[in-house]
Amino acid sequence: MTWSDILRNAWDAIRNHKLRSMLTALGILIGIAAVVLTVGLGQGAQQKVSNQLAALGGNLLIVSPGSSTTGGVRGGFGSASTLTTADATALSATAAAPNIKAVAPVLSSTSESLVNGTTNWTTSVVGTTPSWLSVRGRTLSSGHFITAAEQASGAAVTVLASDTATELFGRRDPVGQSVTINSVSYEVVGVLTSAGSDSTTNLDDQAIVPLSTAAQRIIGGSTRNSVATIYIKATSQSKLSGAYQEATAILDYRHGITATGTADFSITTQQSVLTATSSVDSTLTTLLIGVAALSLIVGGIGVMNIMLVSVKERTREIGLRKALGGTPMVIRRQFLSEASMLGLTGGLLGVAVGVGGAKILPHFISNPIAISLPAIGIAIGTAIVIGVGFGVYPAARAAQLSPIDALRSE
Amino acid sequence: MASAGVAASLGVGTPSLGLPVIELDGVRKVYGNGQLEVEALKGITLSIAQGEYVAIMGPSGSGKSTLMHILGCLDVPTAGSYHLAGEDVSTMDEIDLAEARNRRIGFVFQQFNLLPSMTALRNVELPLSYAAMSRDKRRLLAQEALDRVGLGDRMNHKPGEMSGGQQQRVAVARALASNPALLLADEPTGNLDSTATDDVLALFHELHQQGRTVVLITHEADVAARAARVIRIRDGLVASDEVAAEVAR
Repeated sequence: MTWSDILRNAWDAIRNHKLRSMLTALGILIGIAAVVLTVGLGQGAQQKVSNQLAALGGNLLIVSPGSSTTGGVRGGFGSASTLTTADATALSATAAAPNIKAVAPVLSSTSESLVNGTTNWTTSVVGTTPSWLSVRGRTLSSGHFITAAEQASGAAVTVLASDTATELFGRRDPVGQSVTINSVSYEVVGVLTSAGSDSTTNLDDQAIVPLSTAAQRIIGGSTRNSVATIYIKATSQSKLSGAYQEATAILDYRHGITATGTADFSITTQQSVLTATSSVDSTLTTLLIGVAALSLIVGGIGVMNIMLVSVKERTREIGLRKALGGTPMVIRRQFLSEASMLGLTGGLLGVAVGVGGAKILPHFISNPIAISLPAIGIAIGTAIVIGVGFGVYPAARAAQLSPIDALRSE
Repeated sequence: MASAGVAASLGVGTPSLGLPVIELDGVRKVYGNGQLEVEALKGITLSIAQGEYVAIMGPSGSGKSTLMHILGCLDVPTAGSYHLAGEDVSTMDEIDLAEARNRRIGFVFQQFNLLPSMTALRNVELPLSYAAMSRDKRRLLAQEALDRVGLGDRMNHKPGEMSGGQQQRVAVARALASNPALLLADEPTGNLDSTATDDVLALFHELHQQGRTVVLITHEADVAARAARVIRIRDGLVASDEVAAEVAR
């Protein structure tokens, strides 16, 4: 008996019990659809993270001030601002750090009231240098960014992020207008293009001022050359670890650090921050895939159940086929083909439902769902494997039937 | 007896006239083991030649069914030998037995045993499909067999759309299609009314006339009376083996 005969027989047997076959395939369908959707959710989340990385300016290192040791007492991380503008200048020296492309020291105040006439808006004010724009991978929708001259002179100018601009000026172009921060009037020289939000902050709600201006007029304090954070952009993604080592070496040297454990600063990557937040997503995804896998096993048990019923019901047919020359191997193949065809049918329908869901669901939930061709291939393969796997036992039962007993059965 | 010319025209697989198709020598069959042993056949020796029309009779419990299973290669004897068309089948394994059934034996059952979801044509093709025959050749042989039993015009009907007699004719066509050495019918008229019984027995007679070897297992005397030779089985032994003085009809 050729494979095409066997497959034709299997298809006939499935068609002879349409409702039963559909219900059995439904079990596989649900499992496969769930796998396609959850893998899609996981991949969608990952794509979202990598898109965010790109949007934020990938290749980014973030230097934060760490603990300081004063008179033998170690303070906690962030207890003192140990980073200075001089550190930033040293880091941007290309001779010592060829893997570092640009450096942007930042001072920020998280809640400052910005006033435009009768409208006011509380947001964070960031003081930084002209290189910030390229380091953070941002662009301007109008005007210009803080210039070196404005930074050098401590000019009262500001660049607004898009949401902040809308809150204060509505639809009008704010460039050339002025806002008041801390009773000082600042000229708006530019507006940033929208960048969405990263996991913790709205990137479109802030006001940028020159670092010198922020130090003098907004943050104040005694040490006016200290900075809160230094952003470092590596020349490329692959140079990130080189840049990390260079930055560490330079800062260790400047801060007189010898043992690594006592560093008064810490360097993190943008990626590590986002990975931490997306690991929550991936835990959930793993859980969902586990549930989907369970439902596939349940579906497989359904296939096995129906195949056992089918073997029982068709005992006479099996006896006849054996009497007419069907070897145990051919009988086994026939039932295995039936089971795998049930699995395949469920798998194909499941992929259809999964892909449909991946197209429709994102309209109702906030998460993107990716459609992954390898995942679809694996899902269909899994469906067939489940059909065969759970068909082995029923098929073996059919193959082992004695033709005499089988022919006698009612 | 059929003429040699008819036998030759039947083509492949048909041994020359007069050679034994079935040769049983001291066949015993024991079921169970230890204290529950039942000896269904106690030493049967018989020979059936090519072209014979034989009825095997016996009351229930006589070992008639066991003999039929062994003749049909559905089971192997515990002791003794069985040569089917010259081939020793008494020591074959399951796979070789399946092949022997496929090539050498055409079964006709009491309950027809047609697959209800398939057309008559596909039912007749079934044993041919196990013989790894091409689809075209299979179709041709099945059509020929259905023509021979007079159902050429009902090939695409399903068993449910046919009368009992017609269904049994389809089953006979299925048994004939692979041109086996032996046509083995187990109570073929048991589920048929008298008209259909006559119909099917006439068909067997006709096949016998054409040189087919037909072995018919029955408990009905008037059915057995149609055969040229009647073998009676009692208590696992051949009780009588006689050639009928005249072929009834």
